[in-house]
Amino acid sequence: MADNGDDDSQHRVNEGDYVVLKRGDIYKAVQIQKKKKTVFEKQWFFLDNAVGELYGTTFEVVTDGKLQPRKPKHIESSADAKEAGTDNRNIQDDGKSQKLTRDDIETLKEQGLNGQEIVQQLIENSTTFRDKTEFAQEKYIKKKKKKYENSVMVLRPSCRILAMMYHGREPGKICHLRYDTLAQMLTLGNIHAGSKVLVFETCAGLVLGAVIERMGGYGSVVQMYPGGGPVRAGVESFGFPSHFHDTLHEFPICHVNALLAGTLDTEAKDIDTNAGQANGDKSNLTQTDPEKAEGKGGSPDTEDQSMETSTSTDPAEDKEREEREKRREIRAQEKIVKTEEKRKKLSAAAGVLKGRNADGLVIASRFHPCPVLLGLIKFLAPSRPFVVYSQYKEPLIECYSKLREQGGAVSLRLTDSWIRHYQVLPNRTHPMLLMSGGGGYILSGTTVATDTTKAKTCSTTAEEPAAKRLKLTETTEG
Amino acid sequence: MSFVEYSEFIQEGDVAIIFLGHDSMMPVKVQQGAQTQTRYGVVRHSKDLIGQRFGTKVTCSKGGWVYVLHPTPELWTLILPHRTQILYTTDIANITMMLELKPGSVVCESGTGSGSLSHAILRTIAPTGHLHTVEFHQQRAEKAAEEFREHRVDHLVTVRNQDVCKEGFGVTGVADAVFLDIPSPWEAIRHAKNGMKRQGGRVCSFSPCIEQVQKTCEALADEGFEEISTLEVLLRVHDVRSITLPLPDFGSDRPLETPTDTPVPSNASVLCKTTTPPRDMAGHTGYLTFATKPSV
Repeated sequence: MADNGDDDSQHRVNEGDYVVLKRGDIYKAVQIQKKKKTVFEKQWFFLDNAVGELYGTTFEVVTDGKLQPRKPKHIESSADAKEAGTDNRNIQDDGKSQKLTRDDIETLKEQGLNGQEIVQQLIENSTTFRDKTEFAQEKYIKKKKKKYENSVMVLRPSCRILAMMYHGREPGKICHLRYDTLAQMLTLGNIHAGSKVLVFETCAGLVLGAVIERMGGYGSVVQMYPGGGPVRAGVESFGFPSHFHDTLHEFPICHVNALLAGTLDTEAKDIDTNAGQANGDKSNLTQTDPEKAEGKGGSPDTEDQSMETSTSTDPAEDKEREEREKRREIRAQEKIVKTEEKRKKLSAAAGVLKGRNADGLVIASRFHPCPVLLGLIKFLAPSRPFVVYSQYKEPLIECYSKLREQGGAVSLRLTDSWIRHYQVLPNRTHPMLLMSGGGGYILSGTTVATDTTKAKTCSTTAEEPAAKRLKLTETTEG
Repeated sequence: MSFVEYSEFIQEGDVAIIFLGHDSMMPVKVQQGAQTQTRYGVVRHSKDLIGQRFGTKVTCSKGGWVYVLHPTPELWTLILPHRTQILYTTDIANITMMLELKPGSVVCESGTGSGSLSHAILRTIAPTGHLHTVEFHQQRAEKAAEEFREHRVDHLVTVRNQDVCKEGFGVTGVADAVFLDIPSPWEAIRHAKNGMKRQGGRVCSFSPCIEQVQKTCEALADEGFEEISTLEVLLRVHDVRSITLPLPDFGSDRPLETPTDTPVPSNASVLCKTTTPPRDMAGHTGYLTFATKPSV
């Protein structure tokens, strides 16, 4: 097939790309770096041969850890009538039906047999295989294939894939946010290109990345962050084009109250790099944040200060001192530049927030959602959606009640999503045997113009209705 | 105002949503001099709507009040006029994410139906994507096209009145994603494959019946699709309530002073803030089957 190379280039893997490796239901996010050993599902290999191939290609891991594109699957010759039984009444499950030992299989692996060939060997050395029913044989083959296959698919990262990956691999990092719950949040929040969205999350950047993906580089996203700096590891895995980062701002929540009160000062001033003043309600930007982890390792200033005390006329020592001075100068300059950068970013973010006209708010964190929501909802324009995720229901009940009390929001709904996967095979269709126990809860609503008087609740049901037959209310779903 | 872009103030020609209360909303076409009747009284467009901010509270003639909201696909799904059974936000949200829709995506959809999913897709793929939607019922196709115009999204969508199973989507090799909500989706899988980009894409089929799902999965496998996966999603709503539970009176543990003393009945109760499920909930809408077209 004649490929138009230019046409395809955006669909092909490049060095430096962030990709996701897949085998069955296991995913892993990695960056393509030549000659770098990657480990995935207890296998080591190099991703070099993936460069230049189309995304979605499946590779076999061959000797020396090299990747080889897999030839297109030929449909299994199920046409030939294989020997099979009718039921399992005479099959003993004594663990003795497989004649190959673990060592035998290891030997086969060392000899270089690929997954398919090993499975074939297992079938031939199983005494009970031909007694199994056709369905049982298919199930057996599928199971062995899963165990011995060594194929890897290279995928382009997307919200869907990364959400499933994080939920399967490290749910604790994302507050146990299940992928369908994340899907609800993105839609209920009306996240779309051209809007201005505020995000407060402690989900390793997954939620932020998902929002950025749906914005497509248009509009702006402000990440409100607790602590010293925004966590964005998950965002990297999406592999966004660099211009997407131009739309991303960050704002530390420790300055929220000052911003709301109008007392946040983001103007440039004479920089005193050692300043550490933080007054009650006036936040000075040169405040050094003790929690910041990216400090330049220790305090170079004090180190140099302690050296300064010695006086000497030795030319070698003089030269050393000169160099130390130079280094200190450079470091001080770098710090000035960094502080100025930080100030600029803060000023830009404050500018975006000041108008209190954001179009959407997404909260998903380990913090108690109530104060987060009540604090950040002030930045939203009226008639705009907000979505709050919590792993637990009770904190959201509190949010709901407080919002009802203070007014300013309608259509408040506390929901959770229920999901079930199916196995679909001829005469063997049924839901999967294991299903997710829970995926977290969402509180969603729409802002409205706030009254000066206490808003009367639209919904009258604050108290449990008296014990009488409940009126059938129209459900909004289906 | 448009369904793909927010605006601050209500203008003539906008579609605005009058919010009357929980689960009670109605769309209005804003026009100079027009009036809309609500159970709280009359809303006068010129005075109450035009020039006001979306989200404002409007006091009606009878003294009651309503809110006026900016339209979104989610609100539209709840209030749109049904010409067919529609998809609701829970399914729509999952479809959007699983099909990997984003700004710039090109999507093929059939059938258009009442346009519930269509509006959500348009919101997600704007401003650079395109939706090719096919509806075999002529009046429904025309009504959908009319609504897209009114909602200022017609530049992002092409409506075709044809049978997708026989004639496909009207385009080939352009789609990142294909969605099918038709009685016999297995008959459209070949066309779905042709509509999709050569380098691959995602497909989704929505069917209420498991037999349809089985046939569709078979067709997908035959056409070489991978990662075939079927699931269903349901939304559970939790109604927040304050409830008072009376406490039982097990009597005093101290002996009565005199036989004539009667124990004082206790009226103690406990207040709990909790949630209760609604009496009924949606138990089934349809099965969602997803698959990936591999890169050739």
